[in-house]
Amino acid sequence: MIKADIVLAGVGGQGVLTAAGLLAEAARRAGLTVKQGEIHGMSQRGGAVTANLRMADGPVASDLIPRGGATMILSLEPVEALRCLPYLADTGVVVTSSSPVENIPDYPPMADVLEALGRLPRSVVVDADPLAKKAGSGHANNVVMLGAAAALLPFPASLLRDVVGEYFRGRSARLEELNLKAFDSGQAAAAAAAATAG
Amino acid sequence: MPDGAVGGRPAPVMPLETPAPRSPLLLGDEAVALAALHAGISAAYAYPGTPSTEIFEYLEPRARALGVAAYWCTNEKTAYEQALGVSMVGGRALVSMKHVGLNVAMDPFVNSALVGIRGGLVVVVADDPGMHSSQNEQDSRILADFAGIPCLEPGNQQEAYDMTREAFSWSERHRVPVMVRMVTRLCHGKAEVVEGEPERRMPPSKPADAWEWTLLPGNARRLRKLLLESQAEVRRHTLESPWNRLEPGGASVRKGVITTGIARNYWLENRDDVPERRHHLHIGAYPAPRELVLRLVEEVDEILILEEGEPFLERRIRGLLPTEMEIRGKESGDLPMTGELTPEEVRRALGLPARPELTTGLVLPGRPPQLCNGCPHRDAFHAMGMALEGRERSVVAGDIGCYTLGALAPFQALESCVCMGASIGMAKGASDAGLRPAVAVIGDSTFLHSGITPLLDAVAHDTDMTVLILDNGTVGMTGQQPTVAPHSAIEAVVRGTGVSPEHLHVVDLHPKRVADVAEVIRREVAHPGLSVIIAVRECIESARKQKAEEKRREGGGAS
Repeated sequence: MIKADIVLAGVGGQGVLTAAGLLAEAARRAGLTVKQGEIHGMSQRGGAVTANLRMADGPVASDLIPRGGATMILSLEPVEALRCLPYLADTGVVVTSSSPVENIPDYPPMADVLEALGRLPRSVVVDADPLAKKAGSGHANNVVMLGAAAALLPFPASLLRDVVGEYFRGRSARLEELNLKAFDSGQAAAAAAAATAG
Repeated sequence: MPDGAVGGRPAPVMPLETPAPRSPLLLGDEAVALAALHAGISAAYAYPGTPSTEIFEYLEPRARALGVAAYWCTNEKTAYEQALGVSMVGGRALVSMKHVGLNVAMDPFVNSALVGIRGGLVVVVADDPGMHSSQNEQDSRILADFAGIPCLEPGNQQEAYDMTREAFSWSERHRVPVMVRMVTRLCHGKAEVVEGEPERRMPPSKPADAWEWTLLPGNARRLRKLLLESQAEVRRHTLESPWNRLEPGGASVRKGVITTGIARNYWLENRDDVPERRHHLHIGAYPAPRELVLRLVEEVDEILILEEGEPFLERRIRGLLPTEMEIRGKESGDLPMTGELTPEEVRRALGLPARPELTTGLVLPGRPPQLCNGCPHRDAFHAMGMALEGRERSVVAGDIGCYTLGALAPFQALESCVCMGASIGMAKGASDAGLRPAVAVIGDSTFLHSGITPLLDAVAHDTDMTVLILDNGTVGMTGQQPTVAPHSAIEAVVRGTGVSPEHLHVVDLHPKRVADVAEVIRREVAHPGLSVIIAVRECIESARKQKAEEKRREGGGAS
């Protein structure tokens, strides 16, 4: 039985909903039943944003992922990854960017945040912002993180990569190239992180 | 790279060779819009409001392509009345709004239950349990019941499509408006939706009998009787409807579950962990049929009632008289009275143990929403802060929009937020009671929605107060929908209400001119009469979007 429940997290403006939409489309093309839940409106403006993405080869009941039930937390921001921990199943994995969005006065010390992430049984931590900038745009960190998660999804990474390419091709050739580069760099960074973790 | 090697556990990989054909993923809101278009509507109307906004956003361009009228309106009342007019001449109409929008439309809504609906009139109301983006969490099912009209409550995106389609024929069959009640999770959740065959639009025709549409008291009494008489037929309809289903449980199981709308999903999410096979009654069409509840009750000694919003069904079933039946739900304390249902809450109510949850020792700071960088409201609040400095006894009534965030740090500039347009009336009340300076802060779209009428009162009574209209040219909070009137019209409207021209100012809210704006506010606050200041600067998000759109067009032209 195939079943993946992904909580996506980040800060309003980071592209959490875009990332969720791309993942959902890839899952749909893989022939899976998909439910994608998000909250629009007030939370979009620099506040914490989450989206729930559920995929399975059978029916999916709830739009909300139960607490303690997510197979993955995919976060564009490290504090937001930690905020979603109660949703993670004990066998689940956290895939997160370590690049902070410090738009609040009481942001915890970065060392504490990284240490908390390091204590998790399964995590993939990628510093997405520099990779996004290197690919050509600071806005592409959501696609970097899609790349970082790609090997842990219930469908081939190439399928998600195709969906990303197609989506941005609709905007411009430059955006397509840039985002594919971002995707690949995220994928490579996650593989490197896994290799060092042994 | 080794596929799935990260973290040491291979992920199961779906083979790509045989992907099943899948329909497009639609938001619940989009499913409603598509259904209305397929139902052959003649027109659609709405005012933006989370979580209903995407209904009309999806519908509008598609309606235009089909030659179907679709308009963002001044407010929910004007939207509703226009939809009613469409029905009067035989066309189908959709009107969509958020739950508190129905309060604004309440007058035409309740009265429209009495008239002789011709073309199907479907009112889609998006409730916001948990108040993700609202000032309350009222349950619209109660208002459908209050008006005496049927209500369909989808439990998933497919039902949102199917029920909206069906709501039009229900409306025509019973000759009353029909409500489709949505909730945030469904509005903003995507799933596959299988479409049906589109229907054709009906040409307009004059109503044969004007007395079906004229609520003069004597005639209204006749129509009210007709509405009451039609209830038996509506109840028969909901009894026969497949949206209401009783699924028997195990032969010796004496426990039952009643679900409504999306609450069913949380029951299904946990059902496999429940040791006994409980009887299950699902309600998707109201009024809920008594016969099905009685049939369930014969089989069980205990029922758990799961519903999103108020314990609407629970109260009905519990009643006032004592009963042997153990009725569990929100009133019994098994589920919380406020907030939205979650899989966990339902799990607990079913007596199942909670799943283990990971935590970190770290105390995480909250991350509340903020005004955008470069938002004109920021400068407006700075100017206001400067103008009111030292005036301890002032009161600033706020309103509904992005600028409501001005109540939070660092601005703390607003002292109230109640409902659309309330700032002007409330500032007037404060001034009437003798507390001055009284200031109202309201956005341009909110002013057009519900601010003009209280301003007329303030003009009529020459109230000592100052109204600050933050004119960013858009409905910002819900995603930059167009307002019904351009910048220039706001000034003309205010002048037309009779505000003295000497005390009506239009100021440019440029970041470099904040001190000038503060000076205007300071002067007008000191003026012992009514003054209105319109502070103009475009919403940063709509400016950004427009720029991107222009760039896209240029790029498209070049390639």
